[in-house]
Amino acid sequence: MSDDAQAVPALVAWQSARPRRRPFSFIIAAGTIMLSAVVLSAILAPLLISYDPIKVDLASSLQLPSRAHPLGTDNFGRDILARMIYGTRVDLQIGIIPTVTTFIVGLVIGTAAGYYGGALDGVLMRVLDISMAFPFYVLVIAIVAMLGPGLVNMYIAMVLTGWVTYARVLRGEILVSKQLEYITAARALGASDFEIIRRHLLPNVVTVAVIFAMSDAVLNLLLGGALSFLGLGVQPPTPEWGLMIAEGRDFLLTAPAMVLFPGLALLWLGVAFNLMGDGLTDRFRPGG
Amino acid sequence: MGRYLARRLLLLLPMALGITIVVFFLLRLTPGDPAAIMLENRATAENVARLRHLLGLDRPLYVQYLFFLRNLATGNLGDSLVYRRPVLPIILDRLPVTLFLAVYAIVLAAALAVPLGAWAALRKGRAADRAVRLGVLLFLATPNYWAAIVLLLVFSVNLHWFPVGGYGETFGAHLRHLFLPAVTIGISLSPILVRTLRHNMLEVLRTEYVRTARAKGLRAVTVFTRHVLRNSLISTVSILGVYLGFLIGGAVVTETVYAVPGTGFLLIKSTFGRDYPMVQGLTLMFACLIILVNLLTDITYALLDPRIKYE
Repeated sequence: MSDDAQAVPALVAWQSARPRRRPFSFIIAAGTIMLSAVVLSAILAPLLISYDPIKVDLASSLQLPSRAHPLGTDNFGRDILARMIYGTRVDLQIGIIPTVTTFIVGLVIGTAAGYYGGALDGVLMRVLDISMAFPFYVLVIAIVAMLGPGLVNMYIAMVLTGWVTYARVLRGEILVSKQLEYITAARALGASDFEIIRRHLLPNVVTVAVIFAMSDAVLNLLLGGALSFLGLGVQPPTPEWGLMIAEGRDFLLTAPAMVLFPGLALLWLGVAFNLMGDGLTDRFRPGG
Repeated sequence: MGRYLARRLLLLLPMALGITIVVFFLLRLTPGDPAAIMLENRATAENVARLRHLLGLDRPLYVQYLFFLRNLATGNLGDSLVYRRPVLPIILDRLPVTLFLAVYAIVLAAALAVPLGAWAALRKGRAADRAVRLGVLLFLATPNYWAAIVLLLVFSVNLHWFPVGGYGETFGAHLRHLFLPAVTIGISLSPILVRTLRHNMLEVLRTEYVRTARAKGLRAVTVFTRHVLRNSLISTVSILGVYLGFLIGGAVVTETVYAVPGTGFLLIKSTFGRDYPMVQGLTLMFACLIILVNLLTDITYALLDPRIKYE
């Protein structure tokens, strides 16, 4: 290593020691506002709208938008806006639950493989290679085909196929970070493996995984919606946007709102996650 | 090159083995006895026992796997429970439809993504770049099944420009029938292409050979077409296998919405029909396809770029 390269960490330490305000990020702000709107609708759903999202009322089916039903009603006479608002609860879960679970599983396996290496790493690498050969959607659908349709089975399929990407990312980051001198120093001071990983390695590598998780949330949201749309995920009468789109297909000409608005809602939530991801990328990896 | 090729081909072996293990164990995920589930209401003890024997489920697991491998080696992927005939010919029959759709979607997506990605890279940080990045963000978050229905409503139902679904008989008919499905897949593929190309192009623009080319007096247009575009396209194409996985996923959804008789639609129908051998066969076939494309792109890449050697 040349003298220059050794001088760099010192310089970085000196710079970061100075208090520095992070510039305001318009992208993160926009993403936060959009995401908050969805989270608030999920929490406040019963206060926002008095209609039941599930109760059938055939007498008022397929009504056009009116003062009473701002987006009209669906073929079962259910208020479309009410189903949209209650749908936030389900679709937020679809965006978050599989993402967080795959994140944790991938984090544990990827970190262990990257840190300890050896046979564990060898096995992980083979699994990563093999998983690359399967199209994500196909493997998830094939697993759901075997397990049977339903929300929980969909989550299981998403976690079984999704963790490998996190493991790949974290393994790579850990491999680089564990070579750094402060890790050697920590070890020399008698820190245990667990302590080194928790206090020194993870805080430095986890950002990359968090950024990836934002785009992964969008993927999971789209996949979960698609599976529910195809009839393999969320089952009726649960208000879920993908499923609502499927239900609206047959009434496209009489009640286009049944298809149009759930799609826009999915787009909204997807953009919110994407904005957060982009903003975090800009903040933590300038130029990357 | 010979050594590279040998190593690359040798690596296929464990890979293929791993894939067969995954596909084999897929069937093990079924809750309870697969034979009983497949037979549904016809599941008398006698029928179940017969099907279990037929599928080899009454043998030890490793024997089942070896039988599975032996059958694969002879091209036997089992019989479809719905069609009551071998799975492989049915799949091969529909594969061209999906491949046609995939290539069509790539062409349309590239036609949109290459100019936009290049434009964004050349105008990095300016209004054009920001507009392209915003578009990428929107397209990335668009549910493709929703886009499919909206396109169908506008261009088929209202404007009558395109057929509502199907595949058609002639090449021209294929182009017309698959236009909207290809656009639908293109909507989700193009933002990924734009991002990759923009990133690769920014990297090439920073290299010394581009600076040298400019410094020796070449015109900007020449440098762009001869050096920048060419090199960034090569590295963009090198992950064709990744796109293919993505395309197949898109095909599953769009083929179902547009009722295109391809392998994606078949996968969904087989899922509902509990046609486990068909689901296994399709999964295996898609994986083989991706491996093959990865192999071909790697070899082409190695031929084009003499720096690549296997260490």
